[in-house]
Amino acid sequence: MNAQGKVFKYPDNVDTDVIIPARYLNTSNAEELALHAMEDIDTGFVKKVEAGDIMVAGYNFGCGSSREHAPLVIKTNKVGCVIAKSFARIFYRNAINIGLPILECPEAAEKIDAGDEVSVNFDTGVIKDITKGLEFKAQPFPDFIQNIINKGGLLASLKK
Amino acid sequence: MGMTMTQKILAAHAGLESVTAGQLINAKLDLVLGNDITTPVAVNEFKKAGFDGVFDKDHIAIVLDHFVPNKDIKAAEQSKQCREFACEHCISHFYDVGKMGIEHALLPEQGVVTAGDCIIGADSHTCTYGAVGAFSTGVGSTDMAAGMATGMAWFKVPSAIKFELSGKLPKNCSGKDLILTIIGMIGVDGALYKSMEFTGEGVKTLSMDDRLCICNMAIEAGAKNGIFPVDEVTEKYLEGRAERKGRKFEADKDADYEQVIGIDLSKLVPIVSCPHLPENTKPAKELGNIKIDQVVIGSCTNGRLEDMEAAYNTLKGKKVADGVRVIIIPATMQIYKECIRRGYAEAFVDAGAVISTPTCGPCLGGYMGILAKGERCIATTNRNFVGRMGHVESEVYLASPYTAAASALTGYITEPSL
Repeated sequence: MNAQGKVFKYPDNVDTDVIIPARYLNTSNAEELALHAMEDIDTGFVKKVEAGDIMVAGYNFGCGSSREHAPLVIKTNKVGCVIAKSFARIFYRNAINIGLPILECPEAAEKIDAGDEVSVNFDTGVIKDITKGLEFKAQPFPDFIQNIINKGGLLASLKK
Repeated sequence: MGMTMTQKILAAHAGLESVTAGQLINAKLDLVLGNDITTPVAVNEFKKAGFDGVFDKDHIAIVLDHFVPNKDIKAAEQSKQCREFACEHCISHFYDVGKMGIEHALLPEQGVVTAGDCIIGADSHTCTYGAVGAFSTGVGSTDMAAGMATGMAWFKVPSAIKFELSGKLPKNCSGKDLILTIIGMIGVDGALYKSMEFTGEGVKTLSMDDRLCICNMAIEAGAKNGIFPVDEVTEKYLEGRAERKGRKFEADKDADYEQVIGIDLSKLVPIVSCPHLPENTKPAKELGNIKIDQVVIGSCTNGRLEDMEAAYNTLKGKKVADGVRVIIIPATMQIYKECIRRGYAEAFVDAGAVISTPTCGPCLGGYMGILAKGERCIATTNRNFVGRMGHVESEVYLASPYTAAASALTGYITEPSL
């Protein structure tokens, strides 16, 4: 599996309140929620983002609330992958559970800039910054988690 | 190598003799929790996956607390979806308006959580129950759906930071000042993926309300869980309250900690977290020139009876400053009733404050106290992120009930003098 697209870059400690503000959480409809993704930190994100685009962020991405609506709105906007220096633990778990590809790679997150064209190979963990001609290697998932991802999320993996 | 308290609880629930940090385990759950925001997503997933029923109707709790009494039509639809699911599966711990409270104040109060439990909740502040000696952590809605169906969850066994507490808090400080001090010290990801284990002689001086507040904000340091040892304070709190018999786990003497941090409680001062991260802490006395428009005293962090008592002791017989809106939210109906019985409610109204029924409301910018552009609030809540309580250009300062109430009287951030 691969992803390729242009990069949206964010700082450290992007919290779930800016990924999807709680004032919109009076619905669980993914399409409706997705219209407000990132609006408190990056107005117009949903208009600019295209299928396959990649989010790159600093440390502790997705901190704060446990709302699964956060990875869900990123996935529903067809973001191909989120690369961060580190992820907050509930966001990390939720992303895996719902099948939003995420990769932890501090070096890539440091060197890739907004607007760069980046490709990601999920099988090898290789991240390529095509604009800059750089290559990085993300930390692989433990087998247990890779199994959940391969089966298409937690609930699918529970089915015998 | 010995195990931490958290590791011992996890090992017992995974049916293993021992576990080590980093190990992936499947653990049996004593309680699976959701609220009116996270449960609808879980119910959708539960149905999509085609599960026939829940693993145990008595070990699931659904609490309507974020947007109830319903703030609008969409919120009402979400509550209805929760209500119908609870009814269909005969969920015994379902709490609707009239019975509800803010989940993390309500479940300990009602004895639904107990020592030695292994708990997941689709709410990040589920880590609160570490106060009664449980392993308890926040997850998302899909984990909640899987937990409701199977009674199991996977965990990566966490390493731990030990906090060795000594001394006793000064009179104008509370558990909130301790946890804010710690978050200021280690940062919002200082305990990422880890347990925060609180130990030492100072523990016995902390009330259960203080411990609940401290564990509640472990997530604000990125932690997987916060936990206190089971002592006389715990046993007294659980006696006659807990609906299940608890189990006392203790960390091994040779348990491995990534870091040990000693804190003398008597040296603490009233602390405030400035916008827009809980780690931006400063002593309250250094912020005296910050003018405020609103005060919120409540939430799963500080809406308990001792918090109401602190507000009462500060506000009784006085008036809130002109131009300051003060919103007080007792976290459960029992606390609400006690505020009436003890005369707190009358004193709050006389002081010029308003009292709301239990709700998470303003804490997450839902309703019941939303801020306009450029407005500033001092709140006893847990997060001061951008736009958390309203407009993206509004500001939230986090503090204890003492500090929030003292500030309500002056209109500026004020160090409480009790």
